[in-house]
This record gives sequence, structure tokens and C-alpha cells, in this order.
Amino acid sequence: MTVTLNHFSAAFVFALFASIVFGITHRDTARDMIRYGLYCFAMFLGGTIVAGWAMWVLRR
Amino acid sequence: MANSTAEKARAAANEQINMMAVIAPAVGWLIPGAGHMIQKRWIRGALLLISISTLFMLGLLMQGRIYKANGGDILDILGFVGDVGAGGLYIVTMAKDWGQGAIAFATADYGTKFMIVAGLLNFIAVADAYHIAIGKKQ
Repeated sequence: MTVTLNHFSAAFVFALFASIVFGITHRDTARDMIRYGLYCFAMFLGGTIVAGWAMWVLRR
Repeated sequence: MANSTAEKARAAANEQINMMAVIAPAVGWLIPGAGHMIQKRWIRGALLLISISTLFMLGLLMQGRIYKANGGDILDILGFVGDVGAGGLYIVTMAKDWGQGAIAFATADYGTKFMIVAGLLNFIAVADAYHIAIGKKQ
């Protein structure tokens, strides 16, 4: 069985799971864990989108 | 007399903490999230197990390559260090001879990185389990 993810879905999956682990391991309370996890997720995915657009601009 | 009993209780508690400080990281390395589960952090442990295992297995299913122990290129050595962090998942993968295919497309390379990152995330989870065991974190 083979899974083929496109670039965005690979980035999404990576961001999701890495953020969960970061949230749990880097903060002490449940509320802070959720907030930090969401922050990491936004940064991962936002960074990917910004980098993608930056490369699009550079290519033109 | 009372002091002696209190001291004994404290010593027993310390011994238990010290044992857990060894067992929790070891179990957590072997099975992602198990280091948290044996310390009764069920939800955290389950989330770590799901996250790390899914990332690793997705990497395998994307035809990612697993690194074996090697003494060659520095990136290969670092790849091995990352992969071995996944503990039991890495052992099973090596035993079953999975992840040995040649990388033929871009997302297969993503798969290789997924497995390395899963291992590195498990190292972080192991450190967290240790911190819980020594009382540095709740």
C-alpha cells in the first residue's frame, strides 16, 4: 500500500502532528498546551504558505 | 519514632520517583507515549502515541527510506539518529525489512523526513516523561 500526499497535505499532516507533540511537551497546563499547539500549527502552516508565495515571487 | 517513620516514607517515595525516572523514558522510547501513560497521563500519552506513530507510518506508506546504523556521511548518521528515536517502530520496521526502497518521487523524500521527525519528536516526548517522573513538570 502506498500513500501519495501532495505538498500541501504533507505540510498539513506534518504541522498537525508536530504541533500536538510540541503543545504537550512544551507547556504545563492543558489550556497552555492547546494554545501553544494552535500557535505552532499556525506558524508551521503559515510559514509554508509564506515561503511558497515567496518562491512564486522570486521565480517571476 | 514519628520522624523515623516519616523519613522512611520519604525515602520510599524518593526511591519510587528514581525508579520511574529510569523506567518512564525507557518505556516511552520503546512505545511512543507509554512513558506518559505509566505515569497516569492517559490523554497526553494517547495523543503522543497517535501523533508519533501516525507520522512514522505515513512516512513508511509514502515509500520513505529508513536509515540503518552507519559510519559514513554525516547526514546518514543524523538520519539514523532521528529514525532510532522512534524506538519500537524503528525496531519493527528493521525487522520486517520495510523502508528499503529507492526514492523515486518527491513525496517519498517527504516520507523519509516524516520518519526522522517522528523519531525526534519521540525524543522530546521521552524527555518530557522524564521531567514528569522527577517532578519538574506536572
